[in-house]
Amino acid sequence: MSRRSIVANLDAVTIFLYLALVTLGILSIYSAVYDVKAPQPIYNLSIYSGKQILRLAFAVILVIGIMLIDYKLFEAFAYVFYALIVLLLVLVLIVGVKIGGARSWFDLGFMRLQPAEFAKLACSLAIAKYLSQSGVSLKIQRKNVGAFFKTALIALTILAVPALLILLQPDAGSMLIFVSFLLVFYREGLHSIFLFLPLDAGIFFVLALVVPIAYLSFAVLVLAALFFGIYYFLRGKITRRLVMSIILIALVHIAYAFSVNFIFENVLKPHQKERIMILLDEEVDKRARGSRYNLQQSKIAIGSGGLTGKGFLQGTQTKYDFVPEQRTDFIFCTIGEEGGWIGSSLLILLYIGLMSRVIIIAERQPDGFARIYGYGVASILFFHFTLNISMTMGLFPVVGIPLPFISYGGSSLWSFTILIFILLKLDAHRNRLFAG
Amino acid sequence: MEVRSNRQFTMYGLFIIVGLVFIVQLFKLQILEDSYKAAAESNAVHKEIIHPHRGLIYDRNGKLLVYNEPVYDLMVITREVEMEDTLRFCEALNITKETFEERMNRLLRNFTGQVFIPQLSKLEYAQIQDILFDYPGFYVVPRTIRVYPHRSLANTLGYIGEINATQLKKNRESEKYYEQGDLVGQSGIEASYEPYIRGEKGVKYIVKNKYNQEVGAFRDGALDKKAIPGKKLVASIDLELQQLAEQLLTHKIGGIVAIEPSTGEILTLASAPSYDPNLLTGNKLSVNFRSLIVDEYKPLFNRALQSRYPPGSTFKTVQALIGLQAGVITPKYQFPCARNLVKCHWHPNPTNARTSIQHSCNPFYYNAFRRFVYKDGDSFDSLYYNYDVWRERVLQFGFGRKLGVDIANEGAGSIPKAAFFNKAYGEGRWNYSNIYSLSIGQGEMGVTLLQLGNLAATLANRGFYYIPHLIKGIGEQSKPLPEYQKKHYVGASKRYFNIITNGMEAAFKNGTVGPLAQMPYNKDIVICAKTGTVQNPHGEDHSTFIAFAPKDNPKIAISVYVENAGFGGIWAANIASLMIEQYLTDTIQRPALLKQVVDKAFTKREILRREAIRKAAQARADSLKALLVRKEDE
Repeated sequence: MSRRSIVANLDAVTIFLYLALVTLGILSIYSAVYDVKAPQPIYNLSIYSGKQILRLAFAVILVIGIMLIDYKLFEAFAYVFYALIVLLLVLVLIVGVKIGGARSWFDLGFMRLQPAEFAKLACSLAIAKYLSQSGVSLKIQRKNVGAFFKTALIALTILAVPALLILLQPDAGSMLIFVSFLLVFYREGLHSIFLFLPLDAGIFFVLALVVPIAYLSFAVLVLAALFFGIYYFLRGKITRRLVMSIILIALVHIAYAFSVNFIFENVLKPHQKERIMILLDEEVDKRARGSRYNLQQSKIAIGSGGLTGKGFLQGTQTKYDFVPEQRTDFIFCTIGEEGGWIGSSLLILLYIGLMSRVIIIAERQPDGFARIYGYGVASILFFHFTLNISMTMGLFPVVGIPLPFISYGGSSLWSFTILIFILLKLDAHRNRLFAG
Repeated sequence: MEVRSNRQFTMYGLFIIVGLVFIVQLFKLQILEDSYKAAAESNAVHKEIIHPHRGLIYDRNGKLLVYNEPVYDLMVITREVEMEDTLRFCEALNITKETFEERMNRLLRNFTGQVFIPQLSKLEYAQIQDILFDYPGFYVVPRTIRVYPHRSLANTLGYIGEINATQLKKNRESEKYYEQGDLVGQSGIEASYEPYIRGEKGVKYIVKNKYNQEVGAFRDGALDKKAIPGKKLVASIDLELQQLAEQLLTHKIGGIVAIEPSTGEILTLASAPSYDPNLLTGNKLSVNFRSLIVDEYKPLFNRALQSRYPPGSTFKTVQALIGLQAGVITPKYQFPCARNLVKCHWHPNPTNARTSIQHSCNPFYYNAFRRFVYKDGDSFDSLYYNYDVWRERVLQFGFGRKLGVDIANEGAGSIPKAAFFNKAYGEGRWNYSNIYSLSIGQGEMGVTLLQLGNLAATLANRGFYYIPHLIKGIGEQSKPLPEYQKKHYVGASKRYFNIITNGMEAAFKNGTVGPLAQMPYNKDIVICAKTGTVQNPHGEDHSTFIAFAPKDNPKIAISVYVENAGFGGIWAANIASLMIEQYLTDTIQRPALLKQVVDKAFTKREILRREAIRKAAQARADSLKALLVRKEDE
C-alpha cells in the first residue's frame, strides 16, 4: 500500500475530533496562563501555550513515525514495549525526580517524561495481544472453568505489575486508570456480574462511610427479608438454596461495610480521607479548608461561567490563579468559566463523539488484536474524561489525572496521540488484512 | 471471542449517561446556581472606595477656618518585605530597631496592605520618600485630616470622628451611605452640614489575583465612579471678632454671642473655657477627647448654645414689651420703686416703661407682670390662665424652645408651664408670690446665650428676627438654607420697641452701665443696652449684658454672660463694649481696658493659682527681709 493511500484510509472523523480537542487544549492553556498585564502571543515559547504547541509539533512527528512503521510490528512488539515500560517504571522509582510528593518523572534536562502515561499504551497493546490469542477466553465455559481463571489471572497480572509500580510513586490517580480495562474484558466476554460488582462495591463504599454501620446492617437485612417476601408472593415457594445464597450476599455486604470503615480509619492517609469525606459530608467540608479551597475555587470558576461564559481570555478565576493546577488537571475550569454551559457541553459532546467513534472503529476490525486495542483506547479515554471532569465539579475526590488532549503536559499529549494514531494505522490496514 | 457483539452498546450507553450527568450538573452549577458568580466577583474584583475631599470652611471675610492637610499612612505588605538595611530605614523613620521589630511582629503575615505607621506628616513622609524605593513591601497611602489654623471656634466648628455604631445603624435605615470606619462630623458645623461638605464617595473596581496583587481595572473601569469633592461653606463668623471674644473670655466661664440683626448671621459664638480644635483631629482624637471630657470646667460644653442661664434683668425688655402690647401698662404708666415688694437699688423714682429699663427697676416689673397674670381678676383661675398666655408670648420671643440654629445640640432653655407649678406646689396651692421672680428674669427660668443674642437682634430690628445661623453660603450659592431667610415677628409693635430701645440707650449712657464701658473715642456710636445681674445662691452673682449698635440701622447685636463676675453693668458690659468697638471700627482704642478685661480672672482655678503665686512671692520677700534684718543685726 502506498503512503498516499494510508493517509487516505485514515479515519477523517477521528482526526477531526482529535484536532478539535488539541486546538481547544492549546487555546485553554493560553487562556489559563494569559497575563493581562503583559500579554504574550499564543505561540511565544516562553509561555505554556507556546511550549504545548512545540509538544504538538513533536506529536506530529510521532504520528508520522507511526504511519511509517509496519502495522504488524505493533502486535509483534507488544510484549517488548510492555517490558520496556515496566523497566522504566522501576527506573523512575530510583532515578526519577520528586514533584509534588510523587516520584513520577524522568528529568531529561530539556523536558520531563512521565512513564506512567505510556504504561496505559503498553498495557493496551499487551492486553490486546494476549486476549487475541486463540484459546484465550474470558467467557466462563462449563467444561473449562480453569481456562477462564488462567486467562483472568494472566490479564490481571499484565495490568497489576505497572499499576503497583505506579502506586509506589505514589500516584493513585494514574493507577485508577487501569480499572478501565474492566470494560475491555467485558467486551471480550467477561460476565456482567464483574461489571456489576465494582459498581455495587462503590455504592456500598460510600454508604458505609455516610450511614452508621448498625443502620446499614439493619437495612441490608430488611432488604433481604423484603426480597424473600416478594419472591414468595410471586412464586409461592422459596428454595433452601436461594435462602442460603441471599443470606450469604447480605453477610458479605455487611462484612464489606465493616472493612471499609476499618480501612478508612486505619489505612488511608488524612488528606485522602479528607478528599473523600469532603464530597460526602458538609461538616467535613467546613473543617477541611485546604481540600475545600481547591474544589471550591474550581466550582466557583465553572459556576461563574453562566450560559455562554465570560469569553475567551475573559475569565477572572482561572486567569488570576485562584484555581490550582489550572493549566493541567483543572484545565476544565477555564473552559467552564470562559465557555459557559454551551462551551463545556460542547466539549463533552466532542468527547462522547470521539469515544464512540473509537468504539465504531474497534468494532469494524476484522481481527481481535485491533478490536481489543481499540476498546483499550476508548476505555482509557472514558476513564480519564469521567474522573477528571467529575473531580473539577466535585463529583469525585481530587485525583491528579489529566484531561486527554486538553491538559498541559507532553507525556499526556504524546501518549494519547500515540494511542489514537496506532488505532488509526491499524484501521487503515483493516481491508488488506482481511484480504490476506 | 466473537467478532460482533451487542456489548458495544453498553459502551455507548455508558458514554451517554456520563455525558448527560455532566451536562446536567454543569447546568446546575452554571445556570441554576447564582452564588458562584458572586463568589467569583468577590474573589477577583475588589471594590476600592475613594474618599472625596471634605469641603473647606471660610469665615465671612474669606479667611480659612478649616482645611484638609495630607497625612500619609505608611503601609506594609509583610509577605513582600525584604529588609537590606534596617538601620537606615529606622533612622529615616526616627524609630528604634526594637520598635520596628515590635511593630512588624504585631502584623499578620500575608499579602494584604496593613498600616505600619499611621498619619505621617508631610515632613516625616519627605524623610522616607527617597529611600522607600529600596524597601519592597512598603508603600504610602495619602489621607487627609482636618486642620483648624486659628485654634478658635472649637465647639462651633465641631470635629470629625469615626462613625459610631448608632450612627451607622441609623444611616443603614435611610440612605446607606456610610460604612464602618468612615469619618463623619460629630459635632458643630462638621456634623450639621455633613451632607454638603462630605461630598460623594467614589468607587474603583480593581481586579486582583490570588496574591492580592493588582492586575487591572474591572471591565476597563466601566463601573467606576469618581469621587465628588465636598462643597465649601462660608460661615457667618467674623474670625477677628471671634478671636477677640475668645481672648476676652480668658480665665472666665461664660460666653459671647454676636449677631448681625439684619440677617440673623452669627458673627461670634464663643464659649469659655474652650479648647484647641486641633486636639480632636487625627490619631490623637480619642486620648485628647478623654482628657477634655473629665475637665471640671467642661470645655466640650457649649455654654453659648446649651446653657440654661437665668436671664436676669435683660429679660425686663421682654416683660415690658409683653405688658405694653397686652395693655396692662401704657407708655405713660408709672410705678414707684416699692422695695417692700422686691429688692431694688437706689435710682430716680417712680419709673415708667422707658426709665424702668434705664434704671432696671425691679418693683416696676413685679407690678407689670402681676397686672398681666391677674388681668381677669385676682383669682387663681386668672393667674393660671394668663400665666400660660404670658408664657406663649415669651416663647414667641424665642425663649423656652430651640431657635433652630444650624448646629446640633442647641439647648431649649426652659420657661415652665403653669401646670409645672401645680405639680411643684399642689393644685391651686400657689400664687403670684411663688412666681414673681420670673418678672425680673430670675427663678424657674433658663435661657441660652443664643436666645439672649437673638433678643438683642430682635430689639435692634424693632420686632422681628431671623433665626440665627452660622453658615451663610454653601458651595457656589451665597445664601443660607431657606429656613434662615425668613423673618419671624415676635408680636409687639414697633412703637413699643422704640420705647424700650430708648430706655436701653439711656441705660448705656447714664443708667446701669458702668463708666469703663463707655466709648470716649467713638461718641457718635449710639449703643442700646440692658444689663443683668443674676443672683447666684452658690457664689458671686453672674454678670450678663445684651446690647446692639448703632441705635439706627444696627450692625451688631450682642449678648454676654460671665459667671461669678458680679454686677452686669461692669464686666459683661466692658466685654460687649470692646466687641462693639472692634466690629464697628475695626480697631480697639482702649488697650488698657482690653488688658484689664483679659487679665481679670473669674475661674476658681485661676484665682487660686494667682493667690498661690502671690503668697509664694510674699513668703519669699518676707524671708529675704528677715535675712536682711538678721544680717543688719550681725
